Amino acid sequence: MNIQELIEKLEEEIEEVEKGTLTPSTNIRNIDWWSSMHALVIIALVDIEYNVQVSGKDLKEIQTIQDLYDLIVKKS
Amino acid sequence: MGCEIRYITYQLASKEVSNEDLANTFKEFSAEDIYKKVGVKKRFHTSEDIIGSDLAFQAANQFFIETKFPKEQIEFILFCTEGLDYIAPMTACLLQDRLNLNKNIGALDLPSGCAGFTNALGMAKAIVESGQSSNVLLLFGDTPGLVSHPQDFALRSLFSDAGAAVLIEKSHENHIGNFVYGVDGSGAKHLFVDKSCLRNPIDKEWLELNNDVGGMPRGQMKMNGLEVFSFSIKEVPILVNEILEKNKLKMKDINLFVFHQASKIILKSIQRKLQIPTDKMAYYLENNGNTVSVSIPLCLKEAQREGRIKKGDKVLIAGFGIGFSWSGTILYF
Repeated sequence: MNIQELIEKLEEEIEEVEKGTLTPSTNIRNIDWWSSMHALVIIALVDIEYNVQVSGKDLKEIQTIQDLYDLIVKKS
Repeated sequence: MGCEIRYITYQLASKEVSNEDLANTFKEFSAEDIYKKVGVKKRFHTSEDIIGSDLAFQAANQFFIETKFPKEQIEFILFCTEGLDYIAPMTACLLQDRLNLNKNIGALDLPSGCAGFTNALGMAKAIVESGQSSNVLLLFGDTPGLVSHPQDFALRSLFSDAGAAVLIEKSHENHIGNFVYGVDGSGAKHLFVDKSCLRNPIDKEWLELNNDVGGMPRGQMKMNGLEVFSFSIKEVPILVNEILEKNKLKMKDINLFVFHQASKIILKSIQRKLQIPTDKMAYYLENNGNTVSVSIPLCLKEAQREGRIKKGDKVLIAGFGIGFSWSGTILYF
């Protein structure tokens, strides 16, 4: 797994995102389309693709895609 | 000897709430946004004076009309709800009287939410197969709408109030498989009715705080959607595998997967994680909402109506949610 692969999966999964627009430093909370549903989409994606269980509490502490990647690596 | 589900009736509460109705209350969303977000077109709420046992009573009456099953042959009732009439006595006692059932029957409450159907079915199987009675009438009535804050979008858009009556009877061949149960009470705080019952009763301050919405005198359901979601996608696939193992079956042996209709995104995620083909998944959320303990009997009834369940089919059922509590089994048709 690398962070680019995670970004591609997120771009595929979240329909509001145009391909090639997310970067490791993208702050997911500052994006105008962000909603609570996207948190669920991310939890599901991480669980299914990486077999890592992220709790709601974990996700609340995450700001950027790099943070999400680091969390997945830590929990893998 | 074994037992089987003989008949299912269910009833949704009378007040239909469309996405247009919701969009009038939640101005930040259009009707289309709501459908896209929640995957529900309509949900059903009761009026303030109709509670869970009333919905169960209506469903039971419907059951007796449709089946012509003699009331005097009912030997046991289990009433499953999260909205009992009183702290005491058991609501099942009141239902025995309202339904004019015999006095020499068993009658128990089983307060259980989204795992209510599978929990109650497991108990009914135990009662019948141990020879304590030859049938059990399962009654369900849940009214999440009565404890949802009018401004709580997640609860208002997803949940419905509904009742059901399901007859379990002794049979020559066994049609209900081995059960798996699970519980994790550390998750109770993520989905609960605040200011309800003895531990945390309503007080003057609470009523004043909620004065603008009628005081919320029955308490208020509070849901941490993220935690409920991560619990569901973690535990339900494990539950499915345990049910298969306990019944010596493989994924491919199952003709239909009937999960509690928690929410579209939960069902989709479970489906994806377990790689279940769409034609083997029961989705009956769109026109009914999440009907708590009624969701699985509702799915079974609708799937049968649509001819999706044939003789010889194996149907996996799994309930999960508030508690956290989960259970499931295989139904052999």
